[in-house]
Amino acid sequence: MANSSPEKWYSKYIDVALPITAGLAALLIGAVMLAVLRVNPLEAYAALWDGAFGSKNALAETLVKATPLLLVGLGISISFRGDVINIGGEGQMIVGALMGTLVGLHMVDWPGWAVIVLAMLAGFTGGAIWGGIPGVLKAYFNVNEILSTVMMNAIAVQLMNFLLRGPMIDPAQAELASKIPQTARLSEALRLPRLVPTRLHLGALIAVILAFLVYILLWRTTTGYRIRAVGQNPDASKYAGIKVKRYIVLALVLSGAFAGLAGVTQVYGVNYRMITDGSASGFTGSAGFNGIVAALFGQLHPIGTIPASILFGGLLVGANKMQRVVQVPSALITALNGLVVVFVVSSEIWRKRRQRRRLAAAGEDEAGPPQDADEQGKNGSQTEVAV
Amino acid sequence: MISELFSMTVLIGILASGIRLATPYLYAGIGETFGQRSGVLNLGVEGQMLLGAFAAFYIALTTGNLWLGVLGAMAVGAAMGLVMAYVTVNLQAEQGISGIGFYLFGLGLSDLLFQKLMGTVETVKGFSEIDLPLLSDLPVLGVILFSQNVLVYIAFALVPIAWFVLNKTTLGLKIRAVGENPDAADSLGVSVARVRYFTIILGGTLSGVAGASLSIALLNVFQQNMTSGLGFIAVALVYFGAWRPWGVMGGALLFSLVNSLQLWIQVLGIPIPSDIAVMLPYILTILVLVATVSRVRAPSALTRPFARAE
Repeated sequence: MANSSPEKWYSKYIDVALPITAGLAALLIGAVMLAVLRVNPLEAYAALWDGAFGSKNALAETLVKATPLLLVGLGISISFRGDVINIGGEGQMIVGALMGTLVGLHMVDWPGWAVIVLAMLAGFTGGAIWGGIPGVLKAYFNVNEILSTVMMNAIAVQLMNFLLRGPMIDPAQAELASKIPQTARLSEALRLPRLVPTRLHLGALIAVILAFLVYILLWRTTTGYRIRAVGQNPDASKYAGIKVKRYIVLALVLSGAFAGLAGVTQVYGVNYRMITDGSASGFTGSAGFNGIVAALFGQLHPIGTIPASILFGGLLVGANKMQRVVQVPSALITALNGLVVVFVVSSEIWRKRRQRRRLAAAGEDEAGPPQDADEQGKNGSQTEVAV
Repeated sequence: MISELFSMTVLIGILASGIRLATPYLYAGIGETFGQRSGVLNLGVEGQMLLGAFAAFYIALTTGNLWLGVLGAMAVGAAMGLVMAYVTVNLQAEQGISGIGFYLFGLGLSDLLFQKLMGTVETVKGFSEIDLPLLSDLPVLGVILFSQNVLVYIAFALVPIAWFVLNKTTLGLKIRAVGENPDAADSLGVSVARVRYFTIILGGTLSGVAGASLSIALLNVFQQNMTSGLGFIAVALVYFGAWRPWGVMGGALLFSLVNSLQLWIQVLGIPIPSDIAVMLPYILTILVLVATVSRVRAPSALTRPFARAE
């Protein structure tokens, strides 16, 4: 990044501007929807903002909500960079959480910190397995990963329902007629420490640290370079001697692992037990999907995903206040999230056009090989290679 | 208790409700088949179904007219299809991810409207069963096949129609050409954009009806996220059925019969963990995908936006 040309800061500027424009456009449509529902949009958005960032507690809640989004989003930024579309965050969170919870319920004689570390490793592994299966299916059996991850979501939900109603049910509940499908509560020693006197827990800090590690992985290691190269151009990568299939699997394994970890932080940091209402979102709060939104908004960049997760976590928390103050159901936020995704993905066309123009311009001076340029010119590095 | 499952009345019940429950899969799956044969993966089916289900239910509730409800669901689905067509054809957006966006939009908006306009779960008197003359008097088969509501009959009638359109008409030829080789189709004067607009809007329309079939024919209620993954399965059924209407129907029946069996197991209180039973069709779908993917080829241009070479 040393020899920065004027074009480079200019394109970076646009790269940040695009998702923000997309977000504002979504808010604008949301305002129209609010107006149609005869709610003053300004009042609603003020309540939303206040609920998300208006007090220390609100901010802490926002960060608590942002944590799984960031973790899932980190995985998404790895897999999408590898051109692998992981829709399976929900299932990977669930399986990770199940594995992590099993550790906590069974290793009762161990010191708390050791159990927490092991539970996180277990969650990481569980998510990795749940992501790895579609990875293997895609790499070696040519099965579309969008479909297989969706199927794996459904299987994970049933697995959770089965385990929480049966083998993993709270022994106290098993005695009762109600039989609420939940596990026993984790002992106090196993709870993730709180950072400040709010509900903000250590998981948030871990997620931020991991974001920097994922950044290093993607841009400072050969493995990361190869994942991105495979995503950019699998044929050229194969030609360059990269074992493409292996990196497809790895992208999904890592993606799933981070989602699995997100599941563990929900159990050890927020709920201290697993409980199911029969649906995936009942446990995940749709973080497996909203993490995709955050990652896209963060330009599939681990560091960019941090503020994006806080923003979307804030929307989710603020939505509750909005619901109380102006009686607008928080479902509005889900709809707006969907619009953000559509807008961000649609705006890619301008990026591609810009990139093509730039390549064409560069090609006149010198025919540079475009295929080994990384990250689709996201940091303007196409020019770096071509020049 | 298990033996109860094999009594005649229960078996007939399982099969009859299995046929009925195939309805939403059929509408959504057939619609998706058209989209995918033209090269477009619509992953927003679930969102379209939810909005369709809400539109149909709300209209039926307020006007008392079920057909108006179906029309409303079709209009809502078509409108979403239109936007999706613009996004995937004109803006050439990544189809899988934008589909997730449409899903979230439909999920959120249908829930928002439900809470704002209704607030509580209500029920409507949905489409009732129509006994087809003579046929419904057939022993056993009559009850299973010919004593269903009208949306069920239409759903099954769609299968041969879709087969015919795709394989025996010029339109079908164009759709398949656009999905296999858009460049060649374009050079022969077929408008890739127009064909894809048509299939995506058709898919949206049918997804809307799929939602309506849930809210005003099968369950007769609307609840938030009432499709609970059904639309995603419909997308998978298209792969499962190897992009052929009859194959989609086979997959739809497989899923619906297992669902039906599981419901009856619960009703009869048989101590089989039904969660595991529900899991089976998903696992089977994955296995079928593994087994067929090497033999059956997806439309070559599937998920690839078309841009005329400059």
